[in-house]
Amino acid sequence: MVTLTVNGKSYQVDVEPDTPLLYVLRDNLGLHGPKFGCGLAQCGACTVLIESKAVRSCSFAVSKVGPGKVVTLEGLGTPQKPSPVQQAFIDEQAAQCGYCINGMVMQTTAFLASRQGSPSEREIRQALQNNLCRCGTHQRIIAAVKRAAALMGKGA
Amino acid sequence: MATLETTRRDFLLGTGTLVVSFSLAPSLAFTAGAQTAGTTKRVALDQVDSFLALHKDGTVTMYTGKVDLGTGTRISLRQMVAEELDVALDKIKLVEGDTALTPDQGPTWGSLSIQIGGVQLRQAAATARQALVQMAAQKLGMPSADLTVNDGVIFVRAEPQRRVSYIELIGDREFNLTVDKDAPLKNPKEHTIVGQPIPRPDIPGKVTGTHTYMQDFRVPGMLHARVIRPRAIGATLVAVDEASIKGIKGARVVRQQDFLAVVAESEWAAVKAAKTLRATWTKWEGLPEPAKLWEHVRATKVAKDDVAVERGDPKAAIASAARKLKATYDFAIHTHGSMGPACAVADVKRGKAEIWSPSQAPHWLRKEVAVVLQIDPMDVHIQYLDGAGCYGRNGHEDATCDAALLSKLTSTPVRVQWMREDEHGWDPKGPPTLIEISAGLDTQGNIVGWDAELWVPKADITEWPRTLAATHAGIPQKEALNPGNVHRNLDPSYPFAHQKAVAHRLDSTPFRPSWIRTPGRMQNTYANEVFIDECAAAAGADPVEYRLRYLTDPRGIVVLRAAVSMAKWDARPSPRRDQSGTIARGRGVAYVKYENARTYVAGVAEVEVNRQTGAVRCTRFYVAHDCGQIINPDGVRAQIEGQIIQTVSRTLKEELKWNRSRVTSVDWASYPILRFPEVPEVHMELINRPTEPPWGVGEPAACLPPPAISNAVFDAIGVRLRSVPFTPIKVQAGLKA
Repeated sequence: MVTLTVNGKSYQVDVEPDTPLLYVLRDNLGLHGPKFGCGLAQCGACTVLIESKAVRSCSFAVSKVGPGKVVTLEGLGTPQKPSPVQQAFIDEQAAQCGYCINGMVMQTTAFLASRQGSPSEREIRQALQNNLCRCGTHQRIIAAVKRAAALMGKGA
Repeated sequence: MATLETTRRDFLLGTGTLVVSFSLAPSLAFTAGAQTAGTTKRVALDQVDSFLALHKDGTVTMYTGKVDLGTGTRISLRQMVAEELDVALDKIKLVEGDTALTPDQGPTWGSLSIQIGGVQLRQAAATARQALVQMAAQKLGMPSADLTVNDGVIFVRAEPQRRVSYIELIGDREFNLTVDKDAPLKNPKEHTIVGQPIPRPDIPGKVTGTHTYMQDFRVPGMLHARVIRPRAIGATLVAVDEASIKGIKGARVVRQQDFLAVVAESEWAAVKAAKTLRATWTKWEGLPEPAKLWEHVRATKVAKDDVAVERGDPKAAIASAARKLKATYDFAIHTHGSMGPACAVADVKRGKAEIWSPSQAPHWLRKEVAVVLQIDPMDVHIQYLDGAGCYGRNGHEDATCDAALLSKLTSTPVRVQWMREDEHGWDPKGPPTLIEISAGLDTQGNIVGWDAELWVPKADITEWPRTLAATHAGIPQKEALNPGNVHRNLDPSYPFAHQKAVAHRLDSTPFRPSWIRTPGRMQNTYANEVFIDECAAAAGADPVEYRLRYLTDPRGIVVLRAAVSMAKWDARPSPRRDQSGTIARGRGVAYVKYENARTYVAGVAEVEVNRQTGAVRCTRFYVAHDCGQIINPDGVRAQIEGQIIQTVSRTLKEELKWNRSRVTSVDWASYPILRFPEVPEVHMELINRPTEPPWGVGEPAACLPPPAISNAVFDAIGVRLRSVPFTPIKVQAGLKA
């Protein structure tokens, strides 16, 4: 039995301790925001926040989470009440197939939370360099990150 | 916007749960039961009711066999119907890719969803509107010409209080009407929905985790499966040590001949079991040596020659020309590289199959599944759910057949999700492509003859690639090759007086081929547009001015001029000779009329080449684009951005790796794609022609990066890159030569 705090709720799940957090979130808790992309921590589609830090949940054993608070894409906001980052992605129409977008939103959320002031385009590109997108939505994602920073009142 | 996103999934999934209720699913699945007895939903392509149902509550359901693979057609197709039917956009519900409910409009490929799928829907809507106006005329006792329509209400223009609604005229009844090819379309000047950048309905759900992807879909009682592929492509299974997974709770082996899988109630148990299972395979080393790929292609038996164009006598014209040029271009084998590995759920019982699949071709896949299950295609029901973008035929269809076979073998619903190494290793590939072009120039540098040859696999264009499930399980199937219409655009977009282009159709190709975005058209445009640049350089001419000597199509001239104007093109011959530092900059142009029949595109690439490392970076890309009538300009922009960025990736980085037994580029480290710091700025100009037919948008611009980048690198450093991808090693070799 593993105890987890996800999106502000506490869960007890009966899984093997070596199970990657991703499978627990998706299969046991029904949270489908994080996606299986590679299982190798290479693409970022499975990203969640643990204590506000972006973590690749496909390669992170559930037993390692401990008391850390996990936040998934669902924990940031809803279609009716999206978070500023989610709102910015909607405003910029920054998704095609959208399979990578969980990672983009989560990585951006962690990135913007970790800094003061509005990021430069170069900094945004660096912050997302280990998140892969195949549809070629990068330009809109960069615009969405800029917009999110503005929505969050991050001055220049 | 979320209200727009009402698809069959919502009926099936209900609220607050992502698990389909079995009591509901089969009844809904077969209500319309195109394939079962009882009342039937029409699906014939010539019937209005196949495409549209107008309900008593004022909503409209539109049915399409085309599916939205992330390209945004879910909104643009709605816009076409809403406009032509005169119904508010938010009243239109969409059912897509359900083989029981939607007409078979062909696979979602070839940049044809709007051009063919949308035009069929639009004509059905125009027919429906015409019929409704005629019904209203009778009811109101007025001539049709005196009536007008607004949001599903028909009224007398001069006396707007005299009115009748679609609900009263047809609500929930069938039209029973053949689509009228001549039903008049609205004057584009009156359009208020078509041409607008209306946001996509699926994006709020996608960015908040509430959109149901195929990978998120579950049915009660299902097992998770992972398929274990042979250690070598042609290997057969000698032995399986079932005891090797004994320690993994609930996992067991399922096998038919060389088709080997594990199933378990827990997904992680299935993943672990697949990794742990010990199996012995025969040795097989039937792949060509990677270093000798092009010799292998040249030595492959030619099944037949297809002549793309033959005009005048190019051989004689070249033989007697003042100057002769010849170049060979090759283009690596590419994988689709979908971000999410393929996934499907199947429930096969009593000789019938319920399938959920992200396939680009549900109607086609129905036949493939039937082959694997050895049942009638009419007993296969497929419902589309979004997967990760596929850009052609990737692993989705194979994973679907895997799930179907496993469900049959276990008598249980089965969910198959491929692992990363399955998708990279086993999706069908874009085949290796080789092109050779000769030309003769006169003393002024003008082209007097053009002679092109292409080496590509033969294509049985109406057949699907053989499926892995059937191959490995020993189920009889057709042994067809189909890499897509890869011969198109071999005929250059310039009408030279003496020209010939021949496609040598090869009898075989090393890897199971399929189509990847812009199949063949990308490779052929790459060769043609680099070669004409080589001719321009030989003639000492500016590459744009040189193309304009031959380009006669007025719409083509407009896009070419628009692209170079946007890029502030510096007119002069290439290469530049004024740079000395480590970083050299250059610009290159490319132009094509897609398939020589539709969308016109022109592009300019700006590059930076590092002379020391050989690294090429595309910094900016300008595109001018004329697809005729634009349905949703933001959708067009998104597609162009995506194509340029994806194809810059393919051009600079991507190539399949293999050894004599199998694919070895099975993850993102061994098959790198473009990352954020490397992504170019994409600028574009859309040329809208509202009175012209709406042509495809999802593929044409992808023709541009390979030639424009090659031409820009030549401009920067004087080195011709004739082998995709343009890796640093090739650039360094060119600099040393």
